[in-house]
Amino acid sequence: MDTLEKIREIRESKRKELDIRVNSQVGTKEKHILVCHGTGCTSSKSPKIIENFRKIVKEKKLENVRVIQTGCFGLCAKGPIVIIRPEDTFYAMVTPEDCDEIIQSHIIEGKVVERLLCKDVDGSKVQKLDDLTFYKKQKRIALKNCGKIDPEQIEEYIAFDGYKALEKVLLEMTPDEVIEEIEKSGLRGRGGAGFPTGKKWRLTKNVEEKQKYVVCNADEGDPGAFMDRSILEGDPHSVLESMIIAGFAIGANQGYIYVRAEYPIAVERFSVAIKQAREYGLLGKNIFGTNFSFDVEVRLGAGAFVCGEETALLESIEGKRGQPRVKPPYPANSGLWGKPTLINNVETYANITRIILNGADWYSSIGTEGSKGTKVFALGGNVVNVGLVEVPMGTTLREIIYDIGGGIPNGRGFKAAQTGGPSGGCIPTEHLDTPIDYESLKQIGSMMGSGGLIVMDDTKCMVNLAKFYLTFTVDESCGKCTPCRIGTKRMLELLEKITKGDGTIEDVQKLEELANNIPKTAVCGLGQSAPNPVLSTLKYFREEYLEHVNEKVCKTGECKALAKIQIHEDKCKGCGMCKRNCPVEAISGEPGKVHHIDEAKCIKCGTCISVCPFHAIG
Amino acid sequence: MEKSENKNCSCIDKKLEKELKEILEKYTNSKDNLITILNEVQMKYGYIPLLAQTKISEYLQIPMAEIYGVITFYSRFTLKPKGKYAISVCLGTACFVKGSEKIMERLKQRLNIQEGETTPDGKFSIDATRCVGACGIAPVFTVNGEVYGKATVKKLDEVLDSLQ
Repeated sequence: MDTLEKIREIRESKRKELDIRVNSQVGTKEKHILVCHGTGCTSSKSPKIIENFRKIVKEKKLENVRVIQTGCFGLCAKGPIVIIRPEDTFYAMVTPEDCDEIIQSHIIEGKVVERLLCKDVDGSKVQKLDDLTFYKKQKRIALKNCGKIDPEQIEEYIAFDGYKALEKVLLEMTPDEVIEEIEKSGLRGRGGAGFPTGKKWRLTKNVEEKQKYVVCNADEGDPGAFMDRSILEGDPHSVLESMIIAGFAIGANQGYIYVRAEYPIAVERFSVAIKQAREYGLLGKNIFGTNFSFDVEVRLGAGAFVCGEETALLESIEGKRGQPRVKPPYPANSGLWGKPTLINNVETYANITRIILNGADWYSSIGTEGSKGTKVFALGGNVVNVGLVEVPMGTTLREIIYDIGGGIPNGRGFKAAQTGGPSGGCIPTEHLDTPIDYESLKQIGSMMGSGGLIVMDDTKCMVNLAKFYLTFTVDESCGKCTPCRIGTKRMLELLEKITKGDGTIEDVQKLEELANNIPKTAVCGLGQSAPNPVLSTLKYFREEYLEHVNEKVCKTGECKALAKIQIHEDKCKGCGMCKRNCPVEAISGEPGKVHHIDEAKCIKCGTCISVCPFHAIG
Repeated sequence: MEKSENKNCSCIDKKLEKELKEILEKYTNSKDNLITILNEVQMKYGYIPLLAQTKISEYLQIPMAEIYGVITFYSRFTLKPKGKYAISVCLGTACFVKGSEKIMERLKQRLNIQEGETTPDGKFSIDATRCVGACGIAPVFTVNGEVYGKATVKKLDEVLDSLQ
């Protein structure tokens, strides 16, 4: 049987078998226990949970029960997550010890284990995944299969229309038609800059050259972003299939995926995917009996943020120091080993198969005028529902943070949201209702970036945050160009001076001058965007900088040298939270009475400020 | 360059040489395999021994200086052995916002070494890492790759006590 027939047959037979995963009304005695095996849940013992479930199922000879490891469900804050199908029961924060009870009560006796159900934002317990507010406003396109299939089984991917887009492209479309479809969809690069994807494909295709390459940028360097990792871990074949399609469209026969070595699970899953695709003849010579041949290899990064920049990434694949090249020539003309190369980000690829199958018109009906489709955000920091969310472009920050994210924990107030990582900026309260798309984020001094979205509550100092990002940039600057190598270092020194209490108003001015000049002179995106955290905090939180230099005060207490930590007598209720949490026992007081801080003992760590439920310390 | 193997006797060298040969034989001698090979050596030994650099240089026909340049460029590669317990504190943004700086400070204070250093007895080493992707349970630190989530100074103390 040839590849095509085999794939079609699996798609049909396996799809019926897996109806249980998507249809809660299906009449079957079977039960599928889906356990998240993404990084977050793995860190909280989900492999042990899988092992325990399998052991119990075997011991009790439960023949109709299958235990499946899946990719990320998104709600990482409530992990490890277990879902039971077909009824779609959602269990949160499961421990390996809970497996016995779930099997006995839920599977055997048919009684839901109430205590493990997830609490929604309003405090009510929710049984089904789809009923959680967290999922209601989301639209999953790139994450479509994450949490639904076993990423290490190609057959499960095939069952849900896997490799159908490739079939359509190879058998029914010309390369130009593929590119037209992508152009029409309005898809833009999800790695950060938002370059139109179809245009990039067209440019690379139009170069006359026999040898071309397709590259997938999976060097997710933004600290706080983990969507690419989750896609690779939860649905590696969707990226692989799209890379093959890209190869056909631009006329390349070889692809490379450049993954961070810090992502061992993603590397493993993608390698398994390549192996399986080769076995089925989906990679290799004459795919589906056509004369198109394509193969993919994995290349590991080794911990350099700058390698997310496309030309630095190419240098690194070639085995060299990852220093960016001067552009032009762009990779479309001269990329890997000087050959035309198409580079797209993981999430960009994850959208391609859906566009081919559902059509450009469907895709472009989602999103805003200039930004089509959805965007995946890694929602983190001071927000209740930390996790991965995928929303249509144009959703406001307020909807993401408050409706999906569940708001700020511990009764604190919102201070700023940071998008775009070290290249992005801070967005203050007044812009919470800005619809998120490439242009609007740029207008308010931030950028889309790869999708890190860090929420900060009112205990965070913005000057200290700017210092944090500059420390990162200085560390990660490759050293090739002077504005970035020396400029960012000077900026960091000024920020250190200010946070230590030695800063002057002239330092703030100097900082601003440098921040305005570096973007005009640095060679690559890293240097050009490095001052953004400083520029945006200066724009929206200038008064904090001024307090640091004029009054020598850091109101949040984060800049220790400037911290003045005291308990406000009118607000203190004497609950003792601060006393219990103080690591150096510097706080004293009787229950119900106003507490006091012994300044001689206090190390100004700020723990008391963040734990006080009455905001009485500052 | 580091003289990291000054105590080597020839039998250790021979064993290392044999193992390195096995690693190198898995790859073609194409220059673009350099980083992949270095990753494997780093993973196996916890650093890149001088002998490995020499052997890789011979095999791939790349000058030692260039190999040194690549090793020092990427933060995963080290020229010194890591401790028996390699502890990394995540200083990614999500962890930073949740107070990972305090964990790092405490760790440095307890072990009396700085980031990137190993204790004199070779037992512990400290690294700052950028995002292990476990932002859902921030702040996190890892010990030999095992992730400890929702970390506090107290939790770190407990882990250190159990290892000492």
